[in-house]
Amino acid sequence: MPIEILMPALSPTMEEGTLAKWVKKEGDSVTAGDVIAEIETDKATMEVEAVDEGTIGKILVEEGTENVKVNTPIAMLLGEGEDASALDAASAPAKKDEPASADTGGTETAAAAPQTPVYAQPVAPAPEDAQDPDIPEGTPMKTSTVREALRDAMAEEMRRDKDVFLMGEEVAEYQGAYKISQGLLDEFGPKRVIDTPITEHGFTGLGVGAAMAGLRPIVEFMTFNFAMQAIDQIINSAAKTLYMSGGQMGAPIVFRGANGAAARVGAQHSQDYASWYAHVPGLKVVQPYSAADAKGLLKAAIRDPNPVVFLENEILYGQSFEIPDMDDFVLPIGKAKIERKGSDVTIVSWGIGMTYATKAADELASQGISAEVINMRSIRPLDIDTVIASVKKTGRLVTVEEAYPMCSVSSEIGYQVQEQAFDWLDAPILRVTGKDVPMPYAANLEKLALPTVAEVIDAVKAVTYTD
Amino acid sequence: MAATSRKTTGTRAKSTSRSKGGAAKASPAIVDFTKEQELEAYRHMLLIRRFEEKAGQLYGMGLIGGFCHLYIGQEAVVVGMRMASKDGDQMITGYRDHGHMLAMDMDPKGVMAELTGRRGGYSKGKGGSMHMFSKEKQFYGGHGIVGAQVSLGTGLGFANRYRENGAVAMTFFGDGASNQGQVYESFNMAQLWKLPVIYVIENNKYGMGTSVERASATTDLSQRGASFGIPGEQVDGMDVRAVMAASEKALEHCRSGKGPYILEMITYRYRGHSMSDPAKYRSKDEVQKMRTEHDPIEQVRKRLLDNDWASEDDLKAIDKKVREVVAESAEFAQSDPEPDASELYTDILL
Repeated sequence: MPIEILMPALSPTMEEGTLAKWVKKEGDSVTAGDVIAEIETDKATMEVEAVDEGTIGKILVEEGTENVKVNTPIAMLLGEGEDASALDAASAPAKKDEPASADTGGTETAAAAPQTPVYAQPVAPAPEDAQDPDIPEGTPMKTSTVREALRDAMAEEMRRDKDVFLMGEEVAEYQGAYKISQGLLDEFGPKRVIDTPITEHGFTGLGVGAAMAGLRPIVEFMTFNFAMQAIDQIINSAAKTLYMSGGQMGAPIVFRGANGAAARVGAQHSQDYASWYAHVPGLKVVQPYSAADAKGLLKAAIRDPNPVVFLENEILYGQSFEIPDMDDFVLPIGKAKIERKGSDVTIVSWGIGMTYATKAADELASQGISAEVINMRSIRPLDIDTVIASVKKTGRLVTVEEAYPMCSVSSEIGYQVQEQAFDWLDAPILRVTGKDVPMPYAANLEKLALPTVAEVIDAVKAVTYTD
Repeated sequence: MAATSRKTTGTRAKSTSRSKGGAAKASPAIVDFTKEQELEAYRHMLLIRRFEEKAGQLYGMGLIGGFCHLYIGQEAVVVGMRMASKDGDQMITGYRDHGHMLAMDMDPKGVMAELTGRRGGYSKGKGGSMHMFSKEKQFYGGHGIVGAQVSLGTGLGFANRYRENGAVAMTFFGDGASNQGQVYESFNMAQLWKLPVIYVIENNKYGMGTSVERASATTDLSQRGASFGIPGEQVDGMDVRAVMAASEKALEHCRSGKGPYILEMITYRYRGHSMSDPAKYRSKDEVQKMRTEHDPIEQVRKRLLDNDWASEDDLKAIDKKVREVVAESAEFAQSDPEPDASELYTDILL
């Protein structure tokens, strides 16, 4: 049976083109790969190559013809042992064994732009309602710094699972640039606590590859400022592979390190990346505040089968908090914590932003304003339900974070709250954020660039219409 | 030619020399294939060739969308490497990945259905030409960012060493990717930690439309690991026997704990960079010369005939079988339904 040679598309958007030139003539024999014709569009000239072997039996579209629709038969190819008489048979409306051309016939362009059925827009599944673990009554509390809590979380998980390892700059022999990995090399050895060269892009990709192979890497960035060198691997490789593989293969990996402003280190070392990573489906993003957050959430992140971006803060490392003294303290990712109950206004924050929020709430209480303070803990998934429930009670919302205001996590929370609780709001939602400037070095300017407790108090007074 | 080369080629045992630092133009000595090896190579390369031709055809019909990068001309590289490797060794590559998947024995139906975006595709239609994976077949993608797979492949090698499983990560990239920074970050760590990784540079002479000479300050890519002490050699990537011999040597090097190895496969892609590339940056004569004088499949075909290991009819029968497999995959890729709308929100998180 002769084979139809169809007008090809050069790109998914091409619908028609000019048949510029026939390189082969009727009667010429061709083998797969031979150039048989040239076609032109407004963008390019392309050669049409033969896919099958045979003899050009008949040219159906003369050279120089313009506006030839994609998938129009342009020639007939005779197979071995066939002669011109086969062409007549083929011109009858016979079906051919070439699967795709059979139904497209004529000059229709339907095959070039297949009709897509209109689907009902599927609804994204609601996140599971995770709860804090029950802390048995009478569990003693102990004091721990955030630094110790992070170290303890890693040590406990490394004891639990031999596939967990830590890699990063200065994590082993130096014991961590911020001493987060103190003692881990001694306990777990150089196979599992690995000093890397200063090569963020490379070791992040290496970590993601190891995770795809089933290991459980913890990749420490000395600070997240340096992770910008590696952000392609975090987003394009770690976050998207599960989806792109149809669920076959993901990357169980934790990217952790200091994030946000430290003190007096200038613009390149002072930036909060929460909203950058929170933008990306396929990642979880956690920003702990207290030592309990740090321990419980890091243990959860290491056990999580997904890539988790774990944003710490250098200023918080040395701060002490009470932490439940129990065996396996794990907090759920994606669940906010109401740190303080209140009735007049809701203050939402996370990470180091909580230091301003809690101090402001103390001060406001002394002035007779009762603030409910919510520690988000996780940025993605975002526990908006807890915020909405609180706003429905207080009618007022102030968000606090150190990041730049534009496209910030605060912006997203504000959007979701107006969408879901518009009728409960008694005042506009206000944001207290870092200023929209690169972080200055001068001490006075740096103070001005960061949020202050006074700004939080002012915002609360504005939304509660008090002075 | 084939008959004489069979007598004059050396054996692996004789190939002990390797140049250090300088331009190592010589491939390791070619080892003749047995009849069975020639037939296996022929079948496998032909499957890739016919599959890619069909993919090009389906693209021309609008059934495959987006980017589609064909492997035609480079078949000997993946087939020779697969013939040298063991089960458990991994492959990972960039976006020109169909040949690697077929070499790793992934089902042509699943690959073709992914190209058409159907639910029976390897990624349920959610990945496309550049993003396919098979954990079962040890194929780790399929990556669309040039050079990213080099760090990822180094991570596969890291996992092999961590688990002491004896496997080697065959990490493929092109002459274009060989100028990316993370390639050298990976070389450094791989040699520092003696990771079992073969860096396979498929030098098909053009990174999209830019020739190696116009993009690279040094064009002997096999020596790109020299400053890290990684041995490397150039291989005639059009000769499947040369590929297999070099791969065996490199695999042995990695398995014995000596660290990574670089193989620069000198090869050629007959088609454009992608389907919409008019390939004006090279002459037709150049393409035709490679096709007529160095075609990897023709070389094997000629040896099979010259040695009387197969008749024209035998080869036609093989071709017919291969065409049937490809036609079946194309049929499936068109009849299989698109993914259900509910798949939009699955596989984002576990």
